[in-house]
Amino acid sequence: MEYNWDWGVLFREPYFGWIIDGIGWTVTVSIAAWIIAFTIGSVVGVARTVPVRWVRSAATVYVELFRNIPLLVQLFLWYFVLPEVLPREWGLWMKREMPLPEVTTAIIGLGFYTASRVAEQVRSGIEAIPRGQSMAGYATGLTTVQLYRHILVPVAYRLIVPPLTSEFLTIFKNSSLALTIGVLETTARSRQITEFTFQGFEAFTAATVIYIVITLTVTAFMTVVDERAKIPGFITGGR
Amino acid sequence: MIELRNVDKWFDDFHVLKNCSTNIAQGEVVVVCGPSGSGKSTLIKCVNGLEPFQKGEITVDGVSVGGKSTKLPKLRSRIGMVFQNFELYPHMTVTDNICLAQEKVLGRGRQESEEKAMTLLTRVGLSDQAAKHPGQLSGGQQQRVAIARALALDPIAMLFDEPTSALDPEMINEVLEVMVELAEEGMTMMVVTHEMGFARKVANRVVFMDYGEIVEDAETEEFFGSPRSDRAQQFLSKILHHI
Ligand SMILES: Nc1ncnc2c1ncn2[C@@H]1O[C@H](COP(=O)(O)OP(=O)(O)OP(=O)(O)O)[C@@H](O)[C@H]1O
Ligand SMILES: [Mg+2]
Repeated sequence: MEYNWDWGVLFREPYFGWIIDGIGWTVTVSIAAWIIAFTIGSVVGVARTVPVRWVRSAATVYVELFRNIPLLVQLFLWYFVLPEVLPREWGLWMKREMPLPEVTTAIIGLGFYTASRVAEQVRSGIEAIPRGQSMAGYATGLTTVQLYRHILVPVAYRLIVPPLTSEFLTIFKNSSLALTIGVLETTARSRQITEFTFQGFEAFTAATVIYIVITLTVTAFMTVVDERAKIPGFITGGR
Repeated sequence: MIELRNVDKWFDDFHVLKNCSTNIAQGEVVVVCGPSGSGKSTLIKCVNGLEPFQKGEITVDGVSVGGKSTKLPKLRSRIGMVFQNFELYPHMTVTDNICLAQEKVLGRGRQESEEKAMTLLTRVGLSDQAAKHPGQLSGGQQQRVAIARALALDPIAMLFDEPTSALDPEMINEVLEVMVELAEEGMTMMVVTHEMGFARKVANRVVFMDYGEIVEDAETEEFFGSPRSDRAQQFLSKILHHI
Protein backbone atom coordinates (compact mmCIF):
# COMPACT_ATOMS: atom_id res chain seq x y z
CA MET A 1 0.00 0.00 0.00
CA GLU A 2 1.24 3.40 -0.94
CA TYR A 3 0.83 6.17 1.62
CA ASN A 4 1.68 9.69 0.57
CA TRP A 5 3.24 11.41 3.53
CA ASP A 6 2.41 15.09 3.63
CA TRP A 7 3.23 16.79 6.90
CA GLY A 8 2.60 20.11 5.23
CA VAL A 9 -1.14 19.46 5.42
CA LEU A 10 -1.04 20.27 9.09
CA PHE A 11 0.11 23.79 8.38
CA ARG A 12 -2.25 24.56 5.52
CA GLU A 13 -5.51 26.39 5.99
CA PRO A 14 -8.14 25.55 6.98
CA TYR A 15 -6.54 22.53 8.70
CA PHE A 16 -4.03 24.54 10.72
CA GLY A 17 -6.85 26.71 12.02
CA TRP A 18 -8.86 23.60 12.94
CA ILE A 19 -5.98 22.23 14.97
CA ILE A 20 -5.54 25.49 16.85
CA ASP A 21 -9.29 25.63 17.47
CA GLY A 22 -9.20 22.05 18.68
CA ILE A 23 -6.44 22.80 21.16
CA GLY A 24 -8.45 25.78 22.36
CA TRP A 25 -11.51 23.65 23.10
CA THR A 26 -9.49 20.85 24.67
CA VAL A 27 -7.90 23.31 27.07
CA THR A 28 -11.12 25.26 27.71
CA VAL A 29 -13.25 22.20 28.39
CA SER A 30 -10.56 20.61 30.57
CA ILE A 31 -9.77 23.65 32.69
CA ALA A 32 -13.42 24.63 33.16
CA ALA A 33 -14.31 21.04 34.05
CA TRP A 34 -11.38 20.93 36.46
CA ILE A 35 -12.60 24.02 38.26
CA ILE A 36 -15.99 22.35 38.74
CA ALA A 37 -14.37 19.04 39.70
CA PHE A 38 -12.05 20.64 42.22
CA THR A 39 -14.78 22.71 43.83
CA ILE A 40 -17.46 20.04 44.05
CA GLY A 41 -14.88 17.33 44.77
CA SER A 42 -13.52 19.30 47.72
CA VAL A 43 -16.93 19.85 49.23
CA VAL A 44 -18.03 16.25 48.69
CA GLY A 45 -14.70 14.82 49.87
CA VAL A 46 -14.82 16.82 53.09
CA ALA A 47 -18.49 15.91 53.51
CA ARG A 48 -17.59 12.22 53.40
CA THR A 49 -15.53 12.62 56.58
CA VAL A 50 -17.61 14.94 58.76
CA PRO A 51 -19.18 13.69 62.00
CA VAL A 52 -22.76 14.15 60.72
CA ARG A 53 -24.28 10.98 59.35
CA TRP A 54 -26.73 12.33 56.77
CA VAL A 55 -24.08 14.61 55.28
CA ARG A 56 -21.73 11.66 54.92
CA SER A 57 -24.45 9.53 53.33
CA ALA A 58 -25.38 12.19 50.81
CA ALA A 59 -21.73 12.59 49.82
CA THR A 60 -21.34 8.83 49.47
CA VAL A 61 -24.33 8.66 47.16
CA TYR A 62 -22.80 11.38 44.98
CA VAL A 63 -19.48 9.59 44.72
CA GLU A 64 -20.91 6.16 44.00
CA LEU A 65 -23.29 7.54 41.42
CA PHE A 66 -20.84 9.58 39.42
CA ARG A 67 -17.86 7.28 39.78
CA ASN A 68 -19.62 4.12 38.68
CA ILE A 69 -21.44 5.25 35.55
CA PRO A 70 -19.07 5.32 32.56
CA LEU A 71 -18.17 8.86 31.56
CA LEU A 72 -19.37 8.34 28.01
CA VAL A 73 -22.80 7.27 29.28
CA GLN A 74 -22.88 10.28 31.59
CA LEU A 75 -22.20 12.63 28.68
CA PHE A 76 -25.07 11.10 26.73
CA LEU A 77 -27.35 11.34 29.75
CA TRP A 78 -26.55 15.02 30.24
CA TYR A 79 -26.86 15.82 26.56
CA PHE A 80 -29.68 13.69 25.23
CA VAL A 81 -31.70 12.49 28.21
CA LEU A 82 -31.67 15.34 30.74
CA PRO A 83 -33.48 17.87 28.48
CA GLU A 84 -36.27 15.31 27.97
CA VAL A 85 -36.83 14.52 31.64
CA LEU A 86 -36.68 18.07 32.93
CA PRO A 87 -39.82 20.24 32.98
CA ARG A 88 -40.67 21.19 29.41
CA GLU A 89 -39.50 24.80 29.50
CA TRP A 90 -36.16 23.92 30.99
CA GLY A 91 -35.61 21.17 28.43
CA LEU A 92 -36.41 23.56 25.61
CA TRP A 93 -34.10 26.16 27.05
CA MET A 94 -31.26 23.62 27.21
CA LYS A 95 -31.79 22.61 23.61
CA ARG A 96 -32.42 26.01 22.05
CA GLU A 97 -31.07 28.80 24.17
CA MET A 98 -28.27 27.50 26.37
CA PRO A 99 -25.07 29.06 25.02
CA LEU A 100 -22.67 26.57 23.38
CA PRO A 101 -24.80 23.56 24.37
CA GLU A 102 -22.23 20.89 23.47
CA VAL A 103 -19.35 22.59 25.20
CA THR A 104 -21.39 23.48 28.27
CA THR A 105 -22.68 19.95 28.57
CA ALA A 106 -19.21 18.49 28.16
CA ILE A 107 -17.81 20.78 30.86
CA ILE A 108 -20.58 19.90 33.29
CA GLY A 109 -20.47 16.17 32.54
CA LEU A 110 -16.71 15.92 32.78
CA GLY A 111 -16.65 18.20 35.83
CA PHE A 112 -19.26 16.26 37.81
CA TYR A 113 -17.66 12.94 36.94
CA THR A 114 -14.15 14.05 37.86
CA ALA A 115 -15.49 15.63 41.05
CA SER A 116 -16.33 12.15 42.33
CA ARG A 117 -12.72 11.11 41.80
CA VAL A 118 -11.33 14.29 43.39
CA ALA A 119 -13.68 13.72 46.33
CA GLU A 120 -12.18 10.28 46.91
CA GLN A 121 -8.69 11.75 46.95
CA VAL A 122 -9.71 14.48 49.37
CA ARG A 123 -11.37 11.95 51.63
CA SER A 124 -8.34 9.67 51.64
CA GLY A 125 -6.11 12.65 52.37
CA ILE A 126 -8.19 13.64 55.37
CA GLU A 127 -8.41 10.06 56.60
CA ALA A 128 -4.63 9.69 56.35
CA ILE A 129 -4.21 12.33 59.05
CA PRO A 130 -3.73 10.63 62.43
CA ARG A 131 -6.75 10.88 64.76
CA GLY A 132 -4.50 12.50 67.35
CA GLN A 133 -4.35 15.65 65.23
CA SER A 134 -8.10 16.14 65.54
CA MET A 135 -7.90 15.35 69.24
CA ALA A 136 -5.21 17.99 69.65
CA GLY A 137 -7.24 20.55 67.74
CA TYR A 138 -10.40 19.86 69.71
CA ALA A 139 -8.41 19.86 72.97
CA THR A 140 -7.43 23.49 72.38
CA GLY A 141 -11.07 24.41 71.91
CA LEU A 142 -11.32 24.50 68.13
CA THR A 143 -14.76 23.78 66.69
CA THR A 144 -15.19 21.14 64.01
CA VAL A 145 -15.37 23.81 61.32
CA GLN A 146 -12.17 25.46 62.58
CA LEU A 147 -10.47 22.09 62.78
CA TYR A 148 -11.23 21.40 59.11
CA ARG A 149 -10.42 24.91 58.02
CA HIS A 150 -7.05 25.25 59.75
CA ILE A 151 -5.73 21.72 60.13
CA LEU A 152 -7.41 18.84 58.32
CA VAL A 153 -7.99 20.45 54.94
CA PRO A 154 -4.63 22.24 54.62
CA VAL A 155 -2.73 19.11 55.60
CA ALA A 156 -4.84 16.80 53.43
CA TYR A 157 -4.35 18.90 50.29
CA ARG A 158 -0.62 18.90 50.80
CA LEU A 159 -0.68 15.12 51.01
CA ILE A 160 -2.75 14.59 47.87
CA VAL A 161 -0.96 16.78 45.36
CA PRO A 162 0.43 13.72 43.49
CA PRO A 163 -2.92 11.90 43.01
CA LEU A 164 -4.63 15.19 42.19
CA THR A 165 -2.01 15.77 39.51
CA SER A 166 -2.95 12.53 37.86
CA GLU A 167 -6.66 13.40 38.01
CA PHE A 168 -5.85 16.75 36.42
CA LEU A 169 -3.94 14.98 33.63
CA THR A 170 -6.76 12.51 33.13
CA ILE A 171 -9.27 15.29 32.62
CA PHE A 172 -7.35 16.47 29.53
CA LYS A 173 -7.39 12.97 28.11
CA ASN A 174 -11.04 12.39 29.01
CA SER A 175 -11.98 15.68 27.37
CA SER A 176 -11.57 13.87 24.05
CA LEU A 177 -14.84 12.06 24.78
CA ALA A 178 -16.58 15.42 24.30
CA LEU A 179 -16.32 14.75 20.57
CA THR A 180 -19.12 12.22 20.93
CA ILE A 181 -21.59 15.00 21.64
CA GLY A 182 -20.11 17.26 18.99
CA VAL A 183 -17.43 19.37 20.64
CA LEU A 184 -14.76 20.10 18.05
CA GLU A 185 -11.75 19.58 20.30
CA THR A 186 -8.34 18.19 19.33
CA THR A 187 -9.35 14.59 18.64
CA ALA A 188 -12.49 15.59 16.76
CA ARG A 189 -10.47 17.94 14.57
CA SER A 190 -7.89 15.24 13.82
CA ARG A 191 -10.67 12.96 12.71
CA GLN A 192 -12.10 15.72 10.58
CA ILE A 193 -8.77 16.43 8.91
CA THR A 194 -8.42 12.72 8.19
CA GLU A 195 -11.82 12.66 6.52
CA PHE A 196 -11.06 15.69 4.39
CA THR A 197 -7.46 14.88 3.40
CA PHE A 198 -6.92 11.16 4.07
CA GLN A 199 -3.74 12.17 5.94
CA GLY A 200 -4.73 10.27 9.08
CA PHE A 201 -1.22 9.49 10.24
CA GLU A 202 -0.22 13.13 10.22
CA ALA A 203 -3.45 14.27 11.84
CA PHE A 204 -3.32 11.81 14.69
CA THR A 205 0.42 12.24 15.18
CA ALA A 206 -0.36 15.92 15.65
CA ALA A 207 -3.03 15.05 18.21
CA THR A 208 -0.62 12.76 20.05
CA VAL A 209 2.05 15.44 20.21
CA ILE A 210 -0.50 18.00 21.39
CA TYR A 211 -1.66 15.77 24.25
CA ILE A 212 1.93 15.02 25.23
CA VAL A 213 2.84 18.69 25.29
CA ILE A 214 -0.23 19.52 27.38
CA THR A 215 0.52 16.66 29.75
CA LEU A 216 4.15 17.64 30.21
CA THR A 217 3.18 21.26 30.83
CA VAL A 218 0.64 20.27 33.46
CA THR A 219 3.14 17.91 35.08
CA ALA A 220 5.76 20.66 35.25
CA PHE A 221 3.22 23.04 36.77
CA MET A 222 2.13 20.50 39.35
CA THR A 223 5.74 19.74 40.27
CA VAL A 224 6.09 23.39 41.24
CA VAL A 225 2.85 23.16 43.24
CA ASP A 226 4.12 20.02 44.97
CA GLU A 227 7.39 21.72 45.89
CA ARG A 228 5.52 24.67 47.35
CA ALA A 229 3.14 22.43 49.26
CA LYS A 230 5.88 20.32 50.86
CA ILE A 231 5.87 20.48 54.61
CA PRO A 232 9.42 21.04 55.88
CA GLY A 233 10.72 17.98 57.70
CA PHE A 234 7.46 16.10 57.29
CA ILE A 235 7.64 12.50 56.16
CA THR A 236 4.38 11.41 54.61
CA GLY A 237 2.73 8.35 56.04
CA GLY A 238 5.07 7.55 58.89
CA ARG A 239 4.86 8.54 62.57
CA MET B 1 -11.03 21.43 90.53
CA ILE B 2 -11.51 18.17 88.59
CA GLU B 3 -14.09 15.80 90.03
CA LEU B 4 -15.00 12.40 88.66
CA ARG B 5 -18.00 10.69 90.19
CA ASN B 6 -18.87 7.08 89.35
CA VAL B 7 -17.89 7.35 85.71
CA ASP B 8 -18.73 4.40 83.45
CA LYS B 9 -17.86 4.16 79.81
CA TRP B 10 -18.38 1.53 77.16
CA PHE B 11 -16.91 1.13 73.70
CA ASP B 12 -19.90 -0.72 72.25
CA ASP B 13 -20.14 -3.62 74.68
CA PHE B 14 -16.60 -3.31 76.00
CA HIS B 15 -16.74 -1.84 79.51
CA VAL B 16 -13.65 0.35 79.43
CA LEU B 17 -14.20 2.50 82.55
CA LYS B 18 -15.87 1.02 85.60
CA ASN B 19 -17.28 3.28 88.29
CA CYS B 20 -14.27 5.60 88.36
CA SER B 21 -14.20 8.32 91.00
CA THR B 22 -11.45 10.70 92.05
CA ASN B 23 -10.89 14.35 92.89
CA ILE B 24 -8.09 16.63 91.91
CA ALA B 25 -7.90 19.75 93.99
CA GLN B 26 -6.56 23.06 92.79
CA GLY B 27 -2.77 22.94 92.60
CA GLU B 28 -2.66 19.20 93.05
CA VAL B 29 -0.59 16.89 90.85
CA VAL B 30 -2.04 13.43 90.32
CA VAL B 31 -0.20 10.70 88.47
CA VAL B 32 -2.28 7.99 86.79
CA CYS B 33 -0.56 4.69 86.10
CA GLY B 34 -1.46 1.13 85.30
CA PRO B 35 -0.90 -1.61 82.73
CA SER B 36 -1.38 -1.03 79.02
CA GLY B 37 -5.04 -1.10 78.05
CA SER B 38 -6.26 -0.40 81.56
CA GLY B 39 -8.11 2.73 80.43
CA LYS B 40 -5.78 5.55 81.47
CA SER B 41 -5.94 7.43 78.18
CA THR B 42 -9.67 6.94 77.99
CA LEU B 43 -10.12 8.30 81.50
CA ILE B 44 -8.05 11.41 80.88
CA LYS B 45 -9.83 12.08 77.57
CA CYS B 46 -13.16 11.97 79.35
CA VAL B 47 -12.03 14.88 81.51
CA ASN B 48 -12.08 17.35 78.62
CA GLY B 49 -14.83 15.61 76.71
CA LEU B 50 -12.66 14.18 73.94
CA GLU B 51 -14.30 10.85 74.77
CA PRO B 52 -17.96 10.73 75.78
CA PHE B 53 -18.96 8.63 78.78
CA GLN B 54 -22.29 7.02 79.51
CA LYS B 55 -22.71 7.16 83.28
CA GLY B 56 -21.55 9.29 86.18
CA GLU B 57 -20.44 12.89 86.20
CA ILE B 58 -17.25 14.81 85.60
CA THR B 59 -16.96 18.45 86.57
CA VAL B 60 -14.10 20.81 85.88
CA ASP B 61 -14.10 24.03 87.87
CA GLY B 62 -17.75 23.36 88.62
CA VAL B 63 -18.74 22.88 84.97
CA SER B 64 -20.23 19.52 84.07
CA VAL B 65 -18.32 18.02 81.14
CA GLY B 66 -21.18 15.84 79.94
CA GLY B 67 -23.79 18.55 80.56
CA LYS B 68 -26.21 19.28 77.75
CA SER B 69 -25.72 23.02 77.87
CA THR B 70 -21.96 22.86 78.34
CA LYS B 71 -19.99 24.52 75.57
CA LEU B 72 -17.23 21.98 75.10
CA PRO B 73 -14.90 24.15 73.00
CA LYS B 74 -14.99 26.84 75.67
CA LEU B 75 -14.39 24.34 78.47
CA ARG B 76 -11.59 22.60 76.57
CA SER B 77 -9.80 25.86 75.93
CA ARG B 78 -9.45 26.17 79.70
CA ILE B 79 -7.84 22.74 80.06
CA GLY B 80 -4.44 22.15 78.47
CA MET B 81 -3.68 18.74 77.04
CA VAL B 82 -0.42 17.13 75.98
CA PHE B 83 -0.30 13.91 73.97
CA GLN B 84 2.11 11.01 73.65
CA ASN B 85 2.80 11.79 69.98
CA PHE B 86 2.99 15.59 70.44
CA GLU B 87 0.38 16.18 67.71
CA LEU B 88 1.79 19.50 66.59
CA TYR B 89 0.29 20.73 63.33
CA PRO B 90 2.93 19.73 60.77
CA HIS B 91 2.15 22.42 58.19
CA MET B 92 2.55 25.33 60.60
CA THR B 93 5.61 26.90 62.12
CA VAL B 94 6.21 26.52 65.83
CA THR B 95 4.91 30.05 66.40
CA ASP B 96 1.75 29.43 64.37
CA ASN B 97 1.14 26.21 66.28
CA ILE B 98 1.11 28.20 69.49
CA CYS B 99 -0.89 31.12 68.08
CA LEU B 100 -3.71 29.22 66.33
CA ALA B 101 -6.04 28.60 69.25
CA GLN B 102 -5.11 31.88 70.92
CA GLU B 103 -6.44 33.68 67.86
CA LYS B 104 -9.28 31.40 66.80
CA VAL B 105 -10.58 30.32 70.20
CA LEU B 106 -9.69 33.15 72.57
CA GLY B 107 -9.86 35.84 69.91
CA ARG B 108 -6.52 37.37 70.79
CA GLY B 109 -4.80 39.56 68.26
CA ARG B 110 -1.85 38.36 66.24
CA GLN B 111 0.69 40.50 68.04
CA GLU B 112 -0.43 39.53 71.51
CA SER B 113 -0.48 35.85 70.49
CA GLU B 114 3.01 36.04 69.09
CA GLU B 115 4.33 37.75 72.19
CA LYS B 116 2.75 35.08 74.33
CA ALA B 117 4.24 32.38 72.10
CA MET B 118 7.67 33.92 72.40
CA THR B 119 7.46 34.19 76.17
CA LEU B 120 6.47 30.53 76.45
CA LEU B 121 9.07 29.36 73.96
CA THR B 122 11.72 31.15 75.96
CA ARG B 123 10.40 29.49 79.06
CA VAL B 124 10.69 25.98 77.57
CA GLY B 125 14.10 26.86 76.12
CA LEU B 126 13.14 27.01 72.45
CA SER B 127 13.06 30.67 71.54
CA ASP B 128 15.51 30.00 68.71
CA GLN B 129 13.17 27.46 67.07
CA ALA B 130 10.14 29.71 66.59
CA ALA B 131 10.27 29.82 62.80
CA LYS B 132 10.84 26.11 62.25
CA HIS B 133 8.26 23.47 61.40
CA PRO B 134 7.60 20.61 63.85
CA GLY B 135 9.19 18.07 61.50
CA GLN B 136 12.48 19.90 61.86
CA LEU B 137 12.60 19.47 65.64
CA SER B 138 13.61 16.57 67.85
CA GLY B 139 10.94 14.70 69.78
CA GLY B 140 11.84 16.41 73.04
CA GLN B 141 11.67 19.81 71.41
CA GLN B 142 8.33 19.01 69.81
CA GLN B 143 6.88 17.96 73.13
CA ARG B 144 8.07 21.18 74.77
CA VAL B 145 6.39 23.14 71.98
CA ALA B 146 3.22 21.12 72.59
CA ILE B 147 3.36 22.10 76.26
CA ALA B 148 3.83 25.73 75.27
CA ARG B 149 0.86 25.47 72.90
CA ALA B 150 -1.32 24.25 75.75
CA LEU B 151 -0.06 26.86 78.21
CA ALA B 152 -0.70 29.66 75.73
CA LEU B 153 -4.41 29.47 76.51
CA ASP B 154 -3.75 30.13 80.22
CA PRO B 155 -5.33 26.84 81.31
CA ILE B 156 -6.67 26.22 84.78
CA ALA B 157 -5.43 22.62 84.63
CA MET B 158 -3.19 20.48 82.47
CA LEU B 159 -3.71 16.90 81.28
CA PHE B 160 -0.76 14.81 80.12
CA ASP B 161 -1.14 11.43 78.40
CA GLU B 162 2.19 9.63 78.54
CA PRO B 163 4.10 12.73 77.46
CA THR B 164 7.49 11.03 77.46
CA SER B 165 6.64 7.55 76.17
CA ALA B 166 7.46 8.34 72.56
CA LEU B 167 10.77 10.00 73.39
CA ASP B 168 14.30 8.69 73.16
CA PRO B 169 15.71 8.28 76.66
CA GLU B 170 18.07 11.23 76.40
CA MET B 171 15.16 13.59 75.72
CA ILE B 172 12.88 12.50 78.52
CA ASN B 173 14.44 14.76 81.12
CA GLU B 174 14.15 17.98 79.14
CA VAL B 175 10.39 17.42 79.03
CA LEU B 176 10.08 16.25 82.63
CA GLU B 177 11.98 19.32 83.80
CA VAL B 178 9.39 21.59 82.22
CA MET B 179 6.63 19.57 83.87
CA VAL B 180 8.29 19.65 87.27
CA GLU B 181 8.61 23.41 87.00
CA LEU B 182 4.93 23.69 86.15
CA ALA B 183 4.00 21.52 89.10
CA GLU B 184 6.13 23.60 91.43
CA GLU B 185 4.39 26.74 90.22
CA GLY B 186 1.14 25.24 91.43
CA MET B 187 -0.47 24.09 88.17
CA THR B 188 -3.24 21.55 88.65
CA MET B 189 -2.06 18.48 86.74
CA MET B 190 -3.34 15.03 85.83
CA VAL B 191 -0.49 13.03 84.37
CA VAL B 192 -0.64 9.56 82.85
CA THR B 193 2.94 8.34 83.02
CA HIS B 194 5.18 5.46 83.96
CA GLU B 195 7.94 7.83 85.05
CA MET B 196 7.92 6.85 88.70
CA GLY B 197 10.79 9.21 89.47
CA PHE B 198 8.58 12.08 88.34
CA ALA B 199 5.68 10.73 90.38
CA ARG B 200 7.81 10.49 93.52
CA LYS B 201 9.18 13.95 93.05
CA VAL B 202 6.08 16.03 92.34
CA ALA B 203 2.89 13.98 92.60
CA ASN B 204 0.61 14.54 95.54
CA ARG B 205 -1.31 11.40 94.74
CA VAL B 206 -1.05 8.35 92.55
CA VAL B 207 -4.06 6.70 90.93
CA PHE B 208 -3.53 3.11 89.83
CA MET B 209 -5.85 1.63 87.21
CA ASP B 210 -6.39 -1.93 86.05
CA TYR B 211 -9.09 -3.32 83.76
CA GLY B 212 -10.92 0.01 83.73
CA GLU B 213 -11.11 0.33 87.49
CA ILE B 214 -9.38 2.73 89.81
CA VAL B 215 -7.82 0.12 92.02
CA GLU B 216 -5.77 2.42 94.18
CA ASP B 217 -5.95 6.16 94.86
CA ALA B 218 -3.35 7.05 97.47
CA GLU B 219 -0.93 9.69 98.68
CA THR B 220 2.34 9.31 96.80
CA GLU B 221 4.34 8.25 99.89
CA GLU B 222 1.77 5.67 100.75
CA PHE B 223 1.49 4.34 97.21
CA PHE B 224 5.20 3.70 96.89
CA GLY B 225 5.68 2.67 100.51
CA SER B 226 2.89 0.22 101.04
CA PRO B 227 0.43 -0.19 98.18
CA ARG B 228 -2.73 -1.79 99.47
CA SER B 229 -3.69 -3.90 96.48
CA ASP B 230 -1.76 -6.88 95.14
CA ARG B 231 -2.22 -5.66 91.61
CA ALA B 232 -0.56 -2.32 92.36
CA GLN B 233 2.24 -4.12 94.17
CA GLN B 234 2.87 -6.41 91.22
CA PHE B 235 2.74 -3.50 88.80
CA LEU B 236 5.18 -1.48 90.89
CA SER B 237 7.66 -4.28 91.29
CA LYS B 238 7.57 -4.85 87.53
CA ILE B 239 8.21 -1.30 86.48
CA LEU B 240 10.55 -0.40 89.32
CA HIS B 241 12.73 -3.42 88.65
CA HIS B 242 12.72 -2.52 85.04
CA ILE B 243 14.49 0.74 85.73
N1 LIG C 1 -11.95 4.00 70.14
C1 LIG C 1 -11.93 2.79 70.76
N2 LIG C 1 -12.81 1.83 70.41
C2 LIG C 1 -12.82 0.64 71.03
N3 LIG C 1 -11.97 0.28 72.01
C3 LIG C 1 -11.06 1.19 72.40
C4 LIG C 1 -10.99 2.49 71.80
N4 LIG C 1 -9.99 3.18 72.40
C5 LIG C 1 -9.46 2.34 73.32
N5 LIG C 1 -10.10 1.15 73.34
C6 LIG C 1 -9.83 0.03 74.23
O1 LIG C 1 -10.05 0.48 75.54
C7 LIG C 1 -9.07 -0.04 76.41
C8 LIG C 1 -8.40 1.06 77.18
O2 LIG C 1 -7.68 1.86 76.25
P1 LIG C 1 -6.76 3.06 76.73
O3 LIG C 1 -6.13 3.62 75.52
O4 LIG C 1 -7.54 3.95 77.59
O5 LIG C 1 -5.68 2.30 77.61
P2 LIG C 1 -4.37 2.86 78.27
O6 LIG C 1 -4.44 2.51 79.70
O7 LIG C 1 -4.19 4.28 77.93
O8 LIG C 1 -3.24 1.99 77.59
P3 LIG C 1 -1.77 2.38 77.10
O9 LIG C 1 -0.89 2.32 78.31
O10 LIG C 1 -1.44 1.31 76.12
O11 LIG C 1 -1.85 3.73 76.50
C9 LIG C 1 -8.11 -0.86 75.57
O12 LIG C 1 -8.45 -2.21 75.70
C10 LIG C 1 -8.38 -0.40 74.18
O13 LIG C 1 -8.19 -1.44 73.25
MG1 LIG D 1 -2.81 5.31 76.71
